Order: sequence, then C-alpha cells, then structure tokens
Amino acid sequence: MYETTYHRAESVADAATRLAGAEDGKLLAGGQTLLPTMKQRLAAPSDVIDLTHIADLKGIAETGGGVRIGAATTHAEVAGSEIVKRLLPGLAALAGHIGDPHVRHRGTIGGSLANNDPAADYPSAVLALGAVIHTYTRQLPAEEFFAGMFETALDEGEIITAVEFPAATASAYAKYPNPASRYAMAGVFVARLGDGGVRVAVTGAGQDGVFRHEGMEQALAGNFAAEALDGIAVDADEMLSDIHGSAEYRAHLVTVMAKRAVAACG
Amino acid sequence: MADVTMTVNGKTVSKTVEDRTLLVQFLREGAGLTGTHVGCDTSQCGACVVHVDGKAVKSCTMLAAQAAGSEVTTIEGLASGGELHPVQAAFREHHGLQCGFCTPGMIMAAVDMINRLGGPLDEATIRAELEGNICRCTGYHNIVKAIAAASAEMAGVRTAAE
Ligand SMILES: Cc1cc2nc3c(=O)[nH]c(=O)nc-3n(C[C@H](O)[C@H](O)[C@H](O)COP(=O)(O)OP(=O)(O)OC[C@H]3O[C@@H](n4cnc5c(N)ncnc54)[C@H](O)[C@@H]3O)c2cc1C
Repeated sequence: MYETTYHRAESVADAATRLAGAEDGKLLAGGQTLLPTMKQRLAAPSDVIDLTHIADLKGIAETGGGVRIGAATTHAEVAGSEIVKRLLPGLAALAGHIGDPHVRHRGTIGGSLANNDPAADYPSAVLALGAVIHTYTRQLPAEEFFAGMFETALDEGEIITAVEFPAATASAYAKYPNPASRYAMAGVFVARLGDGGVRVAVTGAGQDGVFRHEGMEQALAGNFAAEALDGIAVDADEMLSDIHGSAEYRAHLVTVMAKRAVAACG
Repeated sequence: MADVTMTVNGKTVSKTVEDRTLLVQFLREGAGLTGTHVGCDTSQCGACVVHVDGKAVKSCTMLAAQAAGSEVTTIEGLASGGELHPVQAAFREHHGLQCGFCTPGMIMAAVDMINRLGGPLDEATIRAELEGNICRCTGYHNIVKAIAAASAEMAGVRTAAE
C-alpha cells in the first residue's frame, strides 16, 4: 500500500470538507473493497476519510411504510435487524450471505452501492425494490443510480447518506455464489409490491451490471409461481462470460435463481 | 504519522505509526503479538482474524488508525490464568490443526460465532460460519468437530451458571 493520510470524519459536512481539501481523497467505509484495492496498489488515494464514526450515517429505522438504512450500516447489522427481517426478509437474507462473517462485520451498504461491483448483492435488492438512494445533496431513484459496471450516477466526492426501501408484500433473494469468492455468479431478487406488481432484478450475470428482467416480471404478475418462468428466455448475448462461467451458463443460472427466489417468497 | 492508542487484550497500547499501517502489522510489529497471522494478504483466508469491540474482523483489512480507541482481542488474550479457553482446549482435544498456521484465525472465528449464535452449534451452521477461514491441511473435519464440542460445552457451562 502506498502512503496515505487517514482522517476520521465527525459529520457528513466534515467529511465533505476534508474530501474537498484533499489532493486525491477517497471515502473509506468498511474498507472491505477499498483496502484490498489499495494493498494491491490499484488505488493510491492521498487521503482516506473514514465515515464509520458519523452517527448520522448509521442505523436502521422504520419509516412510514418502509425502512431507512444509514449508509455506514454494516451487512451484519442489516442481516440481524428485526425491522428488516419483518418488512423485507429477502433483504435481511441477502445481507446475511454477503462474503463471510468477518466481511459482514465491517462492510457497509453505502460502500457496496458506491462501488457497484457487477457481482455485488445489494444492487439487486435496491433495483428490485425501487429504493431511493439519499446523498448529501440529493435523492436518486434506483433506476437512475446504477450506470453499468463499477459506475454510478454519483458525482465525484458525492456522499451516500442512506438508502430508503419501500416495504414489499413479499421479497426473496437467491444467489449462486462463486465457489471461491462468494460473489454472485447470478443473484436474483424478486419483490412483490403493494400495488400487486412484481419486480425482478439480476446481479452477477449481466454485462452492464445489475438489470431488471421485464419478461419475468410480466409472467410473475400474471401468475406468481416458479412455473410461470418456464419458457422465459434470458438472452445469453447480454450475459457476462469469464473463466468462472460462459454466458449461456449464466443465462441458465438466472432462470434457476429466479425460480428459487419466487419459491422462497412463499 | 498517526498516534494510535487502543486496548489490546486488556492493556493499553500506544504507538506512532504510518497512517497506512494495517491493524495486523500494529499487533504483530507494534505490540509484539505474533499469534495473529498474515496468510493471503488479499482479505480471503482469515488467518488474521481478531475481535474489534467484540466482533470478528480481518485485521489485514483494517487500518490500525480505524481501530484507534477500540478494544481488541487477539489469540493471546483468550486463555486466562494459564488455562486454555474452551475453544482452544477443544482444538487440542479433537486435533483441529495440523500445521497450525490458520489456527489463531479459526479459533477467533469460532469464539465469535459461539458468542453470537450461542450453542450447541450444528455442523451446517459451523461450516457456513467458517466461510471466511481457509485451512489447507485438515480438510476442516476436525476443526468443525472441535467447534461443535466447544459450543456444546460452553452452552452447558452457561446453563449451569444460570
Ligand atoms: C472476502 C470478501 C468477500 C466479499 N464477498 C462479497 C459478496 O459475496 N457480495 C458482495 O456484494 N460483496 C462482497 N464483498 C464486498 C463487500 O460487501 C464490501 O464491504 C463492499 O463492496 C464495500 O463496502 P465497504 O463499506 O467495505 O466500502 P469501502 O471498501 O470502504 O469503499 C468502497 C468504495 O465506496 C466508496 N464509498 C464508501 N462509502 C461511501 C459513501 N457513503 N458514499 C459514497 N461513496 C462511498 C469508497 O470511496 C470506495 O470507493 C466481499 C469482500 C471481501 C473482502
């Protein structure tokens, strides 16, 4: 790791000021992506600004009809939250299967979303549930937030403060983890919303990162059962192909995971 | 440079270190506690697991400065008064190690899972909870047995004390 200067921010405003004052600063949350990248010398920020001691960025609260999760809330806290388990069981289960227990004790929802790894788990829940990402300056609907692999709509230095999820009638996530890294080879989040609509979002498989599958959504809106997905094709031309699996294999996995998620909705 | 102070195994440790110092380096080189190992250096193997404020973390993936002000427990802090912690004793009893390199991290992960989930723990739970700890000798079998035994014993001790 190259030299860097560590800052512990006391508030979001303090973090923004320190970031603006740094030559090439980066926000540091759980560090479970940024620190490995710095150790490999793939990132070399002059300054790192630690967000995890800012009280405003932490915690989970029930809002009228939904859940608000602070950006610096850890995966373990989301997985263990009684509020999340009751209102969005699929989200709690998703958080409880990210990486391993030690990673879940440090990694945060804000860090995961800002990073937008194409194989990360959270983006699927955020997109399927139509969550809103709150930043220091504005609110971004999920549809506008994700912008392809490792890309988001965040401006340089823009700080995510919270994610607001609407409650769903049913929600579930099914993931086929890469046997070595545990990141998703294909992960599908299925949400049944209050208005009767169904949303299906897929991570790990798509060439441009997380995406919704409208064919599956329509089929499930008509008949919310795993069999409804028989014969719904996933286009292999739009899937990732790498040493872990071909595009055809991933296209097949997406349907299998989608069926498992529907079945898990009960 | 940063002045970093934390409590390690109940004792205050203060050092002036480079900001980029990892917690594992602080513990090994600063505090002289070499029981915490560096295995993979890529955040995957779990040989460096310690507890920070009661939670298991990979100390190779945390800056020492991030842990400033925290309470840290390492493998050296588990035994008390010359008596092994029940998890340590169970690893010995059930031969839960061969070369021993991953053992400190395995034991710290085991203590964390038992503290969080209570006991006795079943095999499937233990295997899922060991996701972040890699062993290249044992095939995990005796590690899982040792943790199952320790979790049952600790649950028993807890009930007896109640
Ligand atoms: C062994 C291992 C296994 C893993 N397995 C999985 C897995 O199965 N699924 C999965 O989804 N992830 C996995 N991860 C990644 C993990 O979930 C990370 O915690 C997460 O991707 C990044 O969150 P963080 O809080 O650690 O962020 P950091 O590493 O601190 O930061 C990541 C990036 O986000 C930026 N950032 C952080 N917080 C904010 C904010 N509030 N506003 C704006 N920008 C911000 C940082 O500047 C940085 O660029 C794994 C990681 C490891 C080490």
